Amino acid sequence: MSTIKRTLDITQEHCPMTFVKARLELEKLAAGDQLEVFLSEGEPLQSVPRSAAEQGYKVLEVTQVEGSRYRVLFEK
Amino acid sequence: MTEKKKLSLICFSGDFDKSVAAFTLATGAAAVNYDVNMFFTFWGLNIVKSGRRRSLVGRGPLARAFNFLAGGSGNLPMSRLNFMGASPGLMSRMMRKRNVATLEQLVQAAKDLRVGLYACEMSMNILGMKQPDFIPEIKDVIGVPTFLKLSEGGETLFI
Repeated sequence: MSTIKRTLDITQEHCPMTFVKARLELEKLAAGDQLEVFLSEGEPLQSVPRSAAEQGYKVLEVTQVEGSRYRVLFEK
Repeated sequence: MTEKKKLSLICFSGDFDKSVAAFTLATGAAAVNYDVNMFFTFWGLNIVKSGRRRSLVGRGPLARAFNFLAGGSGNLPMSRLNFMGASPGLMSRMMRKRNVATLEQLVQAAKDLRVGLYACEMSMNILGMKQPDFIPEIKDVIGVPTFLKLSEGGETLFI
């Protein structure tokens, strides 16, 4: 079973750094590694999982933490 | 995995605000898996000079005077409301306060995301400059045909 290797919080970031930071963190994953990303609803919640999936990462979970804060779990 | 899309930016203006816009687009696109190329020409070359401040680079007195007056990425003027050069510093301060990436951070992000940075051969020749006068991330010095080849099949913006 895979374990979470990394955590990234981009709830305080704005475009384009929300996407830049997520991308650079995803690139650090080795096969089977997981990354949990805390992000805000709206553009980050729509675009970060979509572009990660387009790049071949698995989107394992999307959960609402509280209010507009979400947690998305990725795996390479 | 989907096929990579492509975005090419012609950075003609050396204005601070337009440079922020160009690097925001470039890094945002690269982050969502676009192939991104930036072609710096004329005043746009000031953004990628190795010296951030005014310096006497270039061959010949006129070229050196132009380069000194134009300065580097630390001297870029605002396209509007420049207030004799005070505005870019004030704008950067506001950007930091609001947690928005500054131009310096965006340029670093472009390097980290391996955005293709290219300098215009003709503009460099006018200004008497050589590749070592620019940041080391400038991949190559190119002309129109190579830029067209690089941008083929994607979107191109002139800023």
